Amino acid sequence: MHTPQTMLDKLWAAHEVLQREDGVSLLWVDRHLVHEGSHHAFAKIKERGLPVAEPSLTFAVVDHYAPTQGRSRIADPQIARMIDTLRSNANIHGLRLYDLADPHQGIVHVLGPEEGLTLPGLLVNCGDSHTSTHGAFGALAFGIGATEVAHVLATQTVWQRKPKAMRITVDGALGAGVTAKDIALGWIAKLGTDGAQGHAVEYGGSTIRGLSMEGRMTLCNLSIEGGARLGMVAPDETTFAYLEGRRFSPKGADWHAACADWAGIASDEYARFDREVTLDAAEISPNVTWGTSPEQAVPISATIPDPTDVPPDKAEAARAALDYMGLKAGEMLEGTPIDQVFIGSCTNGRIEDLRAAAAVLRGRKAKVPGLISPGSTQVKAQAEAEGLDRVFIEAGLDWVASGCSMCVGMNGDLVGEGKRCASSTNRNFKGRQGRGARTHLMSPAMVAAAAVTGALTDVRPFLEGRVN
Amino acid sequence: MTGWRTHKGKVLGLAVANIDTDQLIPARFMSVPRAEGYGSYLLHDMRRGETGEPRVDFPLNVHPEASVILAGRNFGSGSSREAAVYALVDAGIRAVIAPGFGDIFAANAINNGLLPAKVDEGSYAALDAALAKGPQDITIDIDARTLTLGALQVCFALDDSWATKLINGWDDIDLTRNHSAAITAFKHIRSQTAAWAWPAAAD
Ligand code: SF4
Repeated sequence: MHTPQTMLDKLWAAHEVLQREDGVSLLWVDRHLVHEGSHHAFAKIKERGLPVAEPSLTFAVVDHYAPTQGRSRIADPQIARMIDTLRSNANIHGLRLYDLADPHQGIVHVLGPEEGLTLPGLLVNCGDSHTSTHGAFGALAFGIGATEVAHVLATQTVWQRKPKAMRITVDGALGAGVTAKDIALGWIAKLGTDGAQGHAVEYGGSTIRGLSMEGRMTLCNLSIEGGARLGMVAPDETTFAYLEGRRFSPKGADWHAACADWAGIASDEYARFDREVTLDAAEISPNVTWGTSPEQAVPISATIPDPTDVPPDKAEAARAALDYMGLKAGEMLEGTPIDQVFIGSCTNGRIEDLRAAAAVLRGRKAKVPGLISPGSTQVKAQAEAEGLDRVFIEAGLDWVASGCSMCVGMNGDLVGEGKRCASSTNRNFKGRQGRGARTHLMSPAMVAAAAVTGALTDVRPFLEGRVN
Repeated sequence: MTGWRTHKGKVLGLAVANIDTDQLIPARFMSVPRAEGYGSYLLHDMRRGETGEPRVDFPLNVHPEASVILAGRNFGSGSSREAAVYALVDAGIRAVIAPGFGDIFAANAINNGLLPAKVDEGSYAALDAALAKGPQDITIDIDARTLTLGALQVCFALDDSWATKLINGWDDIDLTRNHSAAITAFKHIRSQTAAWAWPAAAD
């Protein structure tokens, strides 16, 4: 009998080329995703005159700088140059490029799964912290920096010390209007943005089993905001059903062999985790951030925290956050007027997210302007086939093309100085959506409710009598 | 990259928690080629007013000679942008001392010769108190894992493999290429035992 293993143990062992004396492992990389921001890494291998080791395992995506409007003529020369640099690097090294006009273009973490490039049992790297998203399939997926990207390009391997294993178990039924986003914001508020530092988080429990792939991706995506470099969910029938028939998914005999292998990836029954956290789904409410860190989140029905009530080591940060956000301690969070809304990003820009937002907006008008940018061109097409675009446009919101857009503003979609934005994204950091921008993170349905009232709002009354 | 074992310089206190990489370098500067230098973008929006003029009261503007920064918990969390490390290094920073670092940031730092020195809460408080009146001379010793400010000496934590890399200024690509036979063998076995792990031909 051998020791029961965690999913992390199994995936790690399956990719370990060797382990150095100091315990650091050299891991084989099955998929490497690059984007415009990878220019530093390409410059590094060029300096050494090295080729890309495995071009057929490397995929290039235009997303961070992708204009969401007027794509055919890019006005900003800096943005045009960033995209051209990726094009030329993809061309030089013979990489499959998802360019602006490609019907399969999208945000790298939406596109990978959608194309069947992300599979259970793979090691996926990308020079982007939200690479944790792909762990939703039972993959070992983590973000890396530019030097490491150059290393993967040159060798198709990455050096890593194995993280500790942590399990977050969520059991029970989620209430109406409560989503994977709320589970994530809930645990991060509880454990802090460094709560899972040094750990790979595996999510389990009946609530997680009940989530769609979209929900699992949202949860794994946000793991990094809690300090975990990896988030994972064991593959199951939901995973297989999502992947079957995708463009790059295994076909025929390979598909059956793959499913058989994937069935063994889950953690063994008595596997030991270095850390265990348990949450009760019934206690999770729609959450909203009030500060400048994802850990500064509370249920929408709560009041804005008073710095004198939070733990002393977090009081100064709370004070600074309230000051930046222009909020007063002790006041109701609900009813805070907003200036605009944004729905999109690799966290919440998938079809299910757009359906949830449309369920709230159908037949209603937005009181504030807003942007809706689907996570991929395929999501956009699907939404249009379902008529969701009409719902958004009739509500008075802008329906635009896919990209990272207002999540990070690199493409010029920015929130103005001092403006308050209800956003379905992942980071409320100072200046993330633009200098002086005030970001409130929440689920897409909550963003839609905020659009309707022009203020931070509990979505639940807006769902009565509606299904999404 | 040249390695280093010890460093003598000035340490500046920036006792702010959660300085994320979006603050270390706002996204709008990240299209600049490295050769142009990233130093002037370090903490750009904290250091500079709306028109780009330096804020006279910001500690780093008052003490540009600082080569070590003491910061609050969770330094470098957020985006994986290595540009955050470039901004620190190009501004002459050799080490950041904090009670904790974002995982990706710490790895990026090591890859660029920047020391992420992790200290416990007690040491952090002692250092913060020592810097209350302004920057102080500091000596860093990587082998001994010590930080010395006058009579105050505290220890920091650093993974052994990272210490070795910093001291030798090693570059992983060269090291890994020595293992190319093992990598080729691994790839061969994987292609036999998990053929599904290669992307199927697109239809
Ligand atoms: S949508 Fe935002 S978080 Fe996701 S990859 Fe793009 S910039 Fe990063």
